[in-house]
Amino acid sequence: MTDPLALFWITCVFVIMLMIAGLYCIFVTYNLIRVLIGLELLIKAVTLLLVVAGYANNHLARSQAFVITLIVMEVIFIAVAAGIVIGLYYHNQSLDVRKLRNLKG
Amino acid sequence: MIVEIIILSVLMLAALWTVMTRSILRSAIGLAFVSVMLTYIMFRLSSPIAAVFELSVCTGLISVVFISTITLTFPLSKEEVLQHMKERLSRFWYLPLILILVGLAFSLAQVKLNLTLPPPEVEQDVRNVLWKLRPFDLAGQVIMLLTGVYGVLILFRQVRKK
Amino acid sequence: MLSLFIILPLLSLMVINLLPKELMKKIGTLMSLILPLAQMLVVVFIFLGILDIRPGPADHFFKFNLAIDNISLVMLFSIAIVILVTLLVERHLIPDADERFNFLNLVLITFTGMNGIVLVQDLFSLYVFLEITTVATFILISFHKKRDALEGAFKYIILSALATVGILSSIALIFLISGDTSFAVVHQALQNSRHAFLIDFALAIFLGSLFIKGGLVPFHGWLADAYSSAGRAISILLAGIVTKTLGVYTLIRLVSSVFGFDTEVKGVLMFIGALSIIIGAFAALGQHDFKRLLAYSSISQVGYIILSLGCGTPLGIAAAVFHLFNHAIFKSLLFVNSAALELQTGTRHMDKMGGLAQKMPITGVTSLLASLSTAGMPPLSGFWSKLLIVMALWFSGHFAYAIIAVLASVLTLGYMLSLQNRVFFGKLRPELENVKEASFGLLFPMIILAGIIVGVGALFPFILNSLIFPIIIK
Repeated sequence: MTDPLALFWITCVFVIMLMIAGLYCIFVTYNLIRVLIGLELLIKAVTLLLVVAGYANNHLARSQAFVITLIVMEVIFIAVAAGIVIGLYYHNQSLDVRKLRNLKG
Repeated sequence: MIVEIIILSVLMLAALWTVMTRSILRSAIGLAFVSVMLTYIMFRLSSPIAAVFELSVCTGLISVVFISTITLTFPLSKEEVLQHMKERLSRFWYLPLILILVGLAFSLAQVKLNLTLPPPEVEQDVRNVLWKLRPFDLAGQVIMLLTGVYGVLILFRQVRKK
Repeated sequence: MLSLFIILPLLSLMVINLLPKELMKKIGTLMSLILPLAQMLVVVFIFLGILDIRPGPADHFFKFNLAIDNISLVMLFSIAIVILVTLLVERHLIPDADERFNFLNLVLITFTGMNGIVLVQDLFSLYVFLEITTVATFILISFHKKRDALEGAFKYIILSALATVGILSSIALIFLISGDTSFAVVHQALQNSRHAFLIDFALAIFLGSLFIKGGLVPFHGWLADAYSSAGRAISILLAGIVTKTLGVYTLIRLVSSVFGFDTEVKGVLMFIGALSIIIGAFAALGQHDFKRLLAYSSISQVGYIILSLGCGTPLGIAAAVFHLFNHAIFKSLLFVNSAALELQTGTRHMDKMGGLAQKMPITGVTSLLASLSTAGMPPLSGFWSKLLIVMALWFSGHFAYAIIAVLASVLTLGYMLSLQNRVFFGKLRPELENVKEASFGLLFPMIILAGIIVGVGALFPFILNSLIFPIIIK
């Protein structure tokens, strides 16, 4: 059995890499659906972090309960976001992020 | 530990493919593959119940949501696709480089976490934790599902009208 | 007792959906008015000590981990008021009966979610309820599916999802050292392993994510778009209470009772607060759209709340909570005004208005009261909370920030008077000759809210004694 904290740190490195990939996907892409895919990658990274935290401190039951709740939240979130993307598509006839320039922050 | 690192690396490659691939449909499938790998690592980290949820909901349901969104929105025309490909490559080739650098930097860094872990938990059954210790989260899940119902009702209905 | 704050809105949601739909489209809103009214009464009764909050039969059945204190009482009261106003004006702003019914359902869900956020005593459950309220808000913003609204909602989705991911990763890191996520356990665990690198990092991410949710300055990009593009009834709810509960109340709650006031935390809070005050005020000066001006003013006022919280003294926290309450009142009043103006004149562009005070006297007077309260004119309610904020800053030795707060107040007066001047005073434009006063259904909530502004200002000594001192002493 390896040291759980060592495994935790290695997984943390992968979580960070996964998050960078997700953020890159969100900010560099021009496609609205890809933005959602990037968000989904970020949520995957967080799920991994929760699981490995539960593994490292040996509170597996609790971390699994968290993950189950998180998954339910995530599905609804993505479904609603997809609804908004489809609505935008019907207005712009395109999924290009660059067409979303009506409002200026 | 070696096995975990290999699975995580495969997961990372799948994520990279998800971000870099040209076709958006493949990207959605890549996401499902990331999810499968995540399921496997969760299973290795002795969280089987959460792993089952991840497999059924994330791999299944979310892929369905993405693929139906993709089919509801029409693809680009031929010229646009070609233009798009050229642009994409110039914007995306930095990503693997950044990832490798970050990965190396963090794994070579000697980090002392310096944490005091809590005593192990008495309750080891997920069902008991969810139903007895965290009923508020369950109530939250119910409310979230209701919200989802209204979201789908409102956001998708008008689309059909058009 | 406390679990009823969650269960009752949920139950009424189900009742409304199970009873015959045609009937509910007519009287559903009227029935739901009972909920916020009852909540206001219950809060007052708990506050006066008439009603005790010991666990009742409902709490034994639903074993929720909830708690209440004076800060949550003030919050519950403000939530109830803003929900009440939204439900009152809904009939006049959303003509279609089907849409109105859906809107009612979503407002009830938001209501439940916000009550949950206020009462919860657990980090992960806090996340769950934050997510519920946020998702309900996305749907509400994109409710009419106008192009701008969808765009604003999409920006909000991206930033708020980033904030959610930040909150969750920080919860995961904290969970590693605490093994549980209830506030008490987390507080203890944070005391035990202070200044471990990973934990400081987790706290920093958590604070940053809450800044995004509250729309504070480096992360304020989504706020003006979401507020100004949302439908009329929705922006009242959104600006009045939702972002304040999501970002600001959670910040007050977590910093004051979980994370604790470190020197670094205080410094960051005060810096971000002062930055938001100044940038929000200057951005508001340059706006031509009524709602966008209000949105930037909102950023600036939230800055005051955070600045005051950053003092870390009990007086600072009390002033922050009091200003949060006042802000909920005057900002919802201003958004009701803007809805009435848009409904009557058909535009939100302030340069196309002018001289409307003679045509819409009640709207004009109430919005003048709200503007002066925002700017901190005595003896309106906003003056007292700003006075408390400046006092808190001064007594904790932050003289520079106190001076910034006072000077920015002058800026606030500047943009608020410019708004009044452009919309209500001056010469009446010929194309606005036929404008009429808004209908009574819109005027009634305006008069109530203006009454609260004047009343709280006049009764301030009483409020100081009964509401603010208890928070300070605790």
